[in-house]
Amino acid sequence: MSDAESPDTDFEPVAPNTGEDFEPTEVFPDSDDFDLRPGADSCYKCSICDTNCPVAEVDDDFPGPKFQGPEQWRLKQTDDDYEIDDSVMDCSNCMRCDNACPSGVPLSQMHNTARGEYVSEQMDKTSVEYWRNRILANYRTSAWFASKVPRLANFAMNFGPARWVMEKTMGITSERDFPEFARQTFREWWADRGGADESRRRAREARERRGEPADADKKVAYFHGCYSNYNTPEVGKAMVRLYEHFGYEVVAPEQKCSGTPMFANGMLDDARRHAEVNVSSMSDLVEQGYDAIASCTSCSMALRQEYPELFDIDGIEEVAANTFEAVEYLRIHEDLRGAIREADVDGDLADEFAYHAPCHARNQGLDRQAVELFRELDGVGVEDVGESCSGISGTYGWKEEKYEKSMEIGDEMFDHMEHAEGDTGMTECPTCAMQMEHGTGYDIRHPLELLSAALAGE
Amino acid sequence: MAIESEVLVVGGGLAGLTSALAAAREGAEVRLVSYKQSTLRQASGLVDLLGYTPDGDGPLTDPYEAIPDLPTEHPYSTVGVDTVREAMDLFDDVTDYAGGHTDTNALVPTHGGTVKPTARYPRSAAAGLASDDRDLLLVGFDSMTDFDAPHAAAHLEAAGVPFDVRGETIRFPGDLRADAKVTRYAKLLDTNGGVAVRGRERPAREALAQRVNPLVDDEQRVGFPAVLGDDDHAGVRAALESKMGVDVFEVPMGPPSLPGLRLEDRLFAALDAAGASIETGNPVVDYDGGGRVERVYVEKNGAEIPMTADQYVLATGGLVGKGVESDREGVYEPIFDCHVPHSDDRYDWFDTDAFGDHPFAGFGLRTDDELRPLGTDEAVEFENLRAAGSVLGGYDFAAEKSGSGVSIATGYAAGTSAAAEVR
Ligand SMILES: Cc1cc2nc3c(=O)[nH]c(=O)nc-3n(C[C@H](O)[C@H](O)[C@H](O)COP(=O)(O)OP(=O)(O)OC[C@H]3O[C@@H](n4cnc5c(N)ncnc54)[C@H](O)[C@@H]3O)c2cc1C
Ligand code: SF4
Ligand code: SF4
Repeated sequence: MSDAESPDTDFEPVAPNTGEDFEPTEVFPDSDDFDLRPGADSCYKCSICDTNCPVAEVDDDFPGPKFQGPEQWRLKQTDDDYEIDDSVMDCSNCMRCDNACPSGVPLSQMHNTARGEYVSEQMDKTSVEYWRNRILANYRTSAWFASKVPRLANFAMNFGPARWVMEKTMGITSERDFPEFARQTFREWWADRGGADESRRRAREARERRGEPADADKKVAYFHGCYSNYNTPEVGKAMVRLYEHFGYEVVAPEQKCSGTPMFANGMLDDARRHAEVNVSSMSDLVEQGYDAIASCTSCSMALRQEYPELFDIDGIEEVAANTFEAVEYLRIHEDLRGAIREADVDGDLADEFAYHAPCHARNQGLDRQAVELFRELDGVGVEDVGESCSGISGTYGWKEEKYEKSMEIGDEMFDHMEHAEGDTGMTECPTCAMQMEHGTGYDIRHPLELLSAALAGE
Repeated sequence: MAIESEVLVVGGGLAGLTSALAAAREGAEVRLVSYKQSTLRQASGLVDLLGYTPDGDGPLTDPYEAIPDLPTEHPYSTVGVDTVREAMDLFDDVTDYAGGHTDTNALVPTHGGTVKPTARYPRSAAAGLASDDRDLLLVGFDSMTDFDAPHAAAHLEAAGVPFDVRGETIRFPGDLRADAKVTRYAKLLDTNGGVAVRGRERPAREALAQRVNPLVDDEQRVGFPAVLGDDDHAGVRAALESKMGVDVFEVPMGPPSLPGLRLEDRLFAALDAAGASIETGNPVVDYDGGGRVERVYVEKNGAEIPMTADQYVLATGGLVGKGVESDREGVYEPIFDCHVPHSDDRYDWFDTDAFGDHPFAGFGLRTDDELRPLGTDEAVEFENLRAAGSVLGGYDFAAEKSGSGVSIATGYAAGTSAAAEVR
């Protein structure tokens, strides 16, 4: 704009903004709703958030984050009968808008609460859409069943006629392949290997080798999430080996789903139930000096940001403040760069990778981590394929009516992947991995696998 | 341990990006940490150096000529006119902006129909310059109410431009929703996606050209609001030009601004190419140190991530970017608590007239001639901290039209001298 008419002209230097004094306060005594008005008030309608929304970019019916957040909030404050607009269900909860707002409006928190209210008060609980969403959101439950009979599940889930029925009756797209279930879950592997005791033994050995005190206080609680438990246990194994290599004792406490797919589908009650289990097991450990480590960036995002924004559970703040993404933690506490400079990789991980940064890594400041970290590693190349959203956003791209849009959003990423040097993809997010594979046919790896291969030799 | 680098830049706006770029090009190991996206997305994408003097004289023809006469506390006076030139050379080197061939300001029509003196402009705006005497047609979309083409044309005419100018309003083919996002138009044109025209799917670029063609009389250039593509904006413009047989240009728009967004992308890519590390999404909230900054802390939901460096650059923006904050007690710089000169009486911070001469517009840090912030006692606050961009005081970017220029010049100076310390 020409700054001749910049918003500065009516800028009020003492107007409140969200900053330290922003505190959501409960106004509805018996409900979980928060009054986000101070956040809504600091919106000055610059629409910068809208430029970040991958859904608004392809979907003409979606009014965008500014409407979903502050505007809808205002409508609700002034009109008691105002019903949440059903477009809030089209928001994929990628949380990109959060990153944009120069005024600190808590956009995704607003969307999550509005969506929760829409689902609990306006959505027909007998509708196919509701149950479809609920099944998708409760991936952990299906995965648990499937993991009992992985071969059968792998076959049945991708069996053509069954998929046709799922699409016609439930609105789950038949375009996608269901992720494969591992023959042995991460937790089964972990238990077979000797659990925490074995980890302690290995960590001590490593500390001795590294010349560190045997009783050094290096211990982490691994939040593996559903996906690396049921589908890609190799990621969990890589995490454990890498941490043990640096002398950390790992524990794998009881845990449920992080809640990410539930937030995105407005199933806040489901999410809360899972969060309560996770917070309670993690906060006990945090009290004993453990840090919580996640290998999935949506899981770490949930524990760090969405939990404290949405729920009031004992210990939630402490867990949030002590949760880290797995590679990030090592960067802070160890000389990871030095170690990488001296390492190299060979075998099937000596490759060129086309790296996509998940949206949920972005807000954590991790979107460039892999590219920058592996710059100095011999034997591999990691190329960033750009800032486009992958388009799948968890359950969003699984919905029959969203499938096309999800592919349209991802198109730019597929294109960049195909132009990148490597034919292997890399990302931290399991659903982004699914989309990358679906759009390009590439194999997708997790940075932890590469790190572990380079440093822990496995 | 902590995350380490030689130069740590706090803030990812024009000033932060320029200083990180300057330092990285000097060979320093640089890390840039930024909270939110910069105010570039709110700005027009035009890079103003100096359009008016602090006394309101102008529009200035040659901004460089006016710089030596600026008051001593002005950031341009601090860095000097030669540094301003070098900084603009760096900018020209990493962007594809036009205007670098001359010292004089270009006159660019704005979406409000005013003509603005600016030093650098996106190539997409080049065919629209007001100094060009070819007749001009402005085309607005009825769904984009921020740009009223007939109104803007009338304004330009009234401003006495040396050509005939008309404005027409059309429906964007495909009837996008009334408040469609600028990115929606851009994406449609980028991908040449299908739009429905009278029941038939047509590629967006063709459909748009066809709709405008009958409206063109004998004008040789046609201006649209700045939504003509993002990733492939040059391709979109070229396609429209060949289908319409005229020059096509973009009129810079208010926020959110695609040209600002493209510029931001370009600068981040240059920074990446220069080998710097970049991290966005979380604020720097605190520091350790006395006369030297030892380390800063990045906050992620209660967790404080330490980062250390030898040299630091503070480029957190002004009141809008949140580099300078105010409450009822006073005006302050929130990370290092650097001194921000201001009157004790907050009723002196602004003029009662909304368009008056507001002191708050000039609020910001004062520095020594190396851009190191000064305390109340005129002493350097930290020997290894420099400040750049709109966190600085002593100028009023909106009145002078100097916002981007000051950010680029001081960013360059801060980055270059920070790098010199570590080499
Ligand atoms: C509405 C508007 C219109 C304008 N129009 C024009 C124009 O037409 N032409 C022109 O030349 N100039 C214009 N300007 C001015 C120009 O955009 C700015 O002067 C210039 O871009 C400021 O750059 P900056 O880097 O100093 O600050 P900003 O762009 O404000 O960047 C500050 C950065 O620091 C980050 N940050 C803040 N606090 C922290 C923290 N604690 N930790 C980490 N990061 C932090 C912010 O998130 C942001 O990314 C306009 C400005 C505005 C607001
Ligand atoms: S970016 Fe923030 S201030 Fe701007 S419109 Fe969106 S919510 Fe409002
Ligand atoms: S969370 Fe993502 S999809 Fe939802 S409004 Fe924000 S940017 Fe758009």
